[in-house]
Amino acid sequence: MGRYVARRLLQMIPVFIGTTLLIFLMVYALPGDPVRALFGDKGADPTTVARIRHDLGLDQPILKQYWDYMTGIILHFDFGNQIASGRPVRDVLGEAFPVTIRLASLAFAIELVVGIALGVWAGMRAGKLADSLVLIFTLLLISVPVFVLGFIFKLVFAFQLGWMTPNVQDDTNYSQLLMPAIVLAALSLAYVARLTRTSIAENLRADYMRTAVAKGLPRRRVIGVHLMRNSMIPVVTFLGTDIGALMGGAVVTEGLFNIHGVGGTIYESILRREGTTLVGLVTVLVLVFLFTSLLVDLLYAVLDPRIRYA
Amino acid sequence: MRGAKSATWVAGAIIVAMAATACGGGGGDKGSKNDAGGVNPNGKFSVEVGEPQNPLQPANTMESNGSIVVRSLFAQLVDYDPQGKIVMVNAQSVDTKDNKTFTVTLKDGWTFHDGTPVTAESYVKAWNWAANINNAQTNASWFADIKGFEDVHPAKEGAKPKADAMSGLKVVDDKTFTIELTTPIPYFVYKLGYEVFSPLPESFYKDPKAAGENPVGNGPYQFVKWDHKKQIEVKRFDGYKGPDKAKNGGVIFKNYTGLEAAYEDLKSGNVDVLRQIGPKDLPVYRDDLGDRAVDQAYSAIQSIVPAFYSKQWKNVDPKVIQGLSMAIDRDTITKTVLQGTREPATGFVAKGVLGYQDNVGGDVFKYDPAKAKELIKAGGGVPGNKISIQYNADGGHKEWVEAVCNSISNATGIKCAGDSKADFQSDLDAREAHEVKSIYRSGWVLDYPVNANFIRDLYATTSAGNQSGFSNKELDSMIKKADIAPTLDESVKEYQAVEKKMVELMPAIPLWYYKVNAGYSENVSNVQYAQNGDPVLTGVEVKK
Repeated sequence: MGRYVARRLLQMIPVFIGTTLLIFLMVYALPGDPVRALFGDKGADPTTVARIRHDLGLDQPILKQYWDYMTGIILHFDFGNQIASGRPVRDVLGEAFPVTIRLASLAFAIELVVGIALGVWAGMRAGKLADSLVLIFTLLLISVPVFVLGFIFKLVFAFQLGWMTPNVQDDTNYSQLLMPAIVLAALSLAYVARLTRTSIAENLRADYMRTAVAKGLPRRRVIGVHLMRNSMIPVVTFLGTDIGALMGGAVVTEGLFNIHGVGGTIYESILRREGTTLVGLVTVLVLVFLFTSLLVDLLYAVLDPRIRYA
Repeated sequence: MRGAKSATWVAGAIIVAMAATACGGGGGDKGSKNDAGGVNPNGKFSVEVGEPQNPLQPANTMESNGSIVVRSLFAQLVDYDPQGKIVMVNAQSVDTKDNKTFTVTLKDGWTFHDGTPVTAESYVKAWNWAANINNAQTNASWFADIKGFEDVHPAKEGAKPKADAMSGLKVVDDKTFTIELTTPIPYFVYKLGYEVFSPLPESFYKDPKAAGENPVGNGPYQFVKWDHKKQIEVKRFDGYKGPDKAKNGGVIFKNYTGLEAAYEDLKSGNVDVLRQIGPKDLPVYRDDLGDRAVDQAYSAIQSIVPAFYSKQWKNVDPKVIQGLSMAIDRDTITKTVLQGTREPATGFVAKGVLGYQDNVGGDVFKYDPAKAKELIKAGGGVPGNKISIQYNADGGHKEWVEAVCNSISNATGIKCAGDSKADFQSDLDAREAHEVKSIYRSGWVLDYPVNANFIRDLYATTSAGNQSGFSNKELDSMIKKADIAPTLDESVKEYQAVEKKMVELMPAIPLWYYKVNAGYSENVSNVQYAQNGDPVLTGVEVKK
């Protein structure tokens, strides 16, 4: 087990270098000069442009820029400075991630609790009315685009019922984050419910279930331990990758509710060609993805004793 | 599922843009705040802005989000009123005999927010610092009129400055300094109202970067704090001596990523003043807000400009361009596609600017398909009988570009298509590199309210704003003559003649003037919008 973890951690290094280099090159390949764009429609003075480029090291060859950037991150945990504002990217990341982590963890909790509950409920009654109801409900969530759902929520809960503000005013306030979190969780919730439902319905007919029931174990233990534990493997796989997606992929939801998190910052960095910011954000997200997938793999062994890592 | 997820990430940008236009809705206005009447002179109100791109240094701020904040914190020597007349602010007087050497006398008793006095040195040192190439300020070229600019800001890339002060700026005493220009400019005083020409306190130079995060100015408001990506707070500066003392306790610049979200917050009372209404809400905002809806012209113009360096337009007869101009049905397009947010242009100079002439273009700016065809034929036709209009897809231009194209095609039979660039950066790149194939879109908001700003800074051969390669000897000499006119009035008159000449030469096809479409909440009153389209913050009154 220890060796397996060590091997996995070592594998992360090339993945990490590869992804950051790719992103770096992609930003570089985008047309448009971020320094020139500081001047907008008005004419830019070439001397000033050249000077700013020089100060930021943008006149260096691309691989040299990448090298400087990576050594900065690894040796000093320094992500460089933003082009327009000159602020350290570390500060920008420090502002965006806490907000997103709050939103994502709330959404994750919602999809975990509601999704699995719905899935178990439907799976235990496969083919009955309850199952059909969950099927229709999740189909609805999957087919309605996020921004439509967001608008409907705002219309109903903010403007007609007046229960909450339409947009997030204070992003440390969890009750304000609740509405965007539900919208953000909706799609994944539907997937979790469906995965759980199928898995439960299938495992209900498994041999070990019949054995457990025949042994005379209490029903709560049969379902809670024997059935759930074995049915969770596909769900855990999905949930693991979904953490990363919730953090980086909330561009639409964040924009809709005026939350200044990672998604919006990525979008803005692409528009403004803020290469350093973008690579910094993506680097952290890559790390999140790598660690959650490792965690998921290790969880397999916990959930299913047949799986062993040498 | 994984695929679908990562696609969301990549396509997020597109979806955001779509979300902005798709899906109507919006509930009724349910504001019924206790309206006791009366004004609270210490009340604060909030304004919608985006996150400023640059540090809040006066000479480093160009985009609108930063400049509205900088303008609240810094006062300049002069300002101008809505009629375009100069008003003295920090200056007691700005005198000149020859439009080349100006003597500035400052008012007594002015201080910065940190209590240090505003002296002649505060101005001269600040301008020298901003012009210096070593400090790489984006607005440095504004000082190019001043003698000795090349010494601190060499034209050659990578060259080191020869001096650290411009020879044209001389401090006479604590309250007086002189400005010497390289050539006479009759309207130079107007330029002094731009925030680039702000003074800076001594504390600035110790750490300019930190000062950009925590600016100390001499303006009507004093900086309180900047929560990045959330809000910037300023409060009234009680020691302010200028004519535009704040009638409220302070301003909170609230950060919004989208106009739709800001509009929803306006309706639910979470933000007080908007600068703009999103396209989704334009059809309903007048009904929603009643007399709190703002619909007012400001001094900016949208044009389409032929790329005169391209093969197609190199030696074209101006009659062809006149013809194209007459083939555009500006009235209908502004009313339908643009939902009344623009006003058809009748000249090259925008409304509200000193020297604006009503209907200078006459028939050339009126829709007349028959005449359009005739003119284009007389001018030898459009080479290739096909044009394209380059625009940036992220600026909401697509709809009107298509409408203009349809109008031209229907009226003249010339094939016309939009040439979309992914975003503003790529659009600018192509314009800068002279790679525009046919025609491009161009917008211009005033820098100073004199018609020269819309003429010389865009169409003189050597102007930085002239990106189309347009060059006409006669026009250049007329501009030169207007620049050396002995008084401002005469210069403005000369420029009016230049504008008339431009109708013959057609260096661009002006389309329409911008309007402010905005609104404010029930918490505030007396919300006015200035010529640059921004709300006048100091005048806003907060209700009790």
